[in-house]
Amino acid sequence: MLLAKIVGTVVATRKDPRLVSSKLLVARPIDPRGKAEGSYLVAVDTVEAGVGETVLIVSGSSARMASGMKDCPVDAVVVGIVDEIEVNE
Amino acid sequence: MNIGRVIGNVVVTRKDANLLGVTLLLVQPLTPNRQPAGRTIVAADSVGAGVGEEVFFVRGKEASFPFYPVETPVDAGIVGIVDHWDLG
Repeated sequence: MLLAKIVGTVVATRKDPRLVSSKLLVARPIDPRGKAEGSYLVAVDTVEAGVGETVLIVSGSSARMASGMKDCPVDAVVVGIVDEIEVNE
Repeated sequence: MNIGRVIGNVVVTRKDANLLGVTLLLVQPLTPNRQPAGRTIVAADSVGAGVGEEVFFVRGKEASFPFYPVETPVDAGIVGIVDHWDLG
């Protein structure tokens, strides 16, 4: 899974029927210290995350195992809101 | 599978119901010279690994297999703790 910060939302009226009522968010992956890395991605929200929050995103076919995502055409889903990241190197 | 080192953990209170009770650890993939290789990932732990240990982990949907029959939404999972490794 990857850590990301929610930076925006996506509104799409015309979309796959299985995505109707899904909330779409724009996320920017971050490293464990909070530094942005890589490019932005669109993820479906299942935990009512908001802009500015740090979240856990599951990607690939595993994304379809998230709650309510069975057989949906998605490859990135927000499955958790991060409270704390502890790094002990 | 890849080898990595556990460098920390992530606390997530609000999460998918099937992630309840799953330990989430920060794993830094390693090169054969034990140098960091690429982006740090968050992996589910099913073997009781701890911070500082070298582990091997699986990516993709297979990462959820240790939790079968629960369909845990994870795309990376620690499946073994490395005792030692050698390059011939």
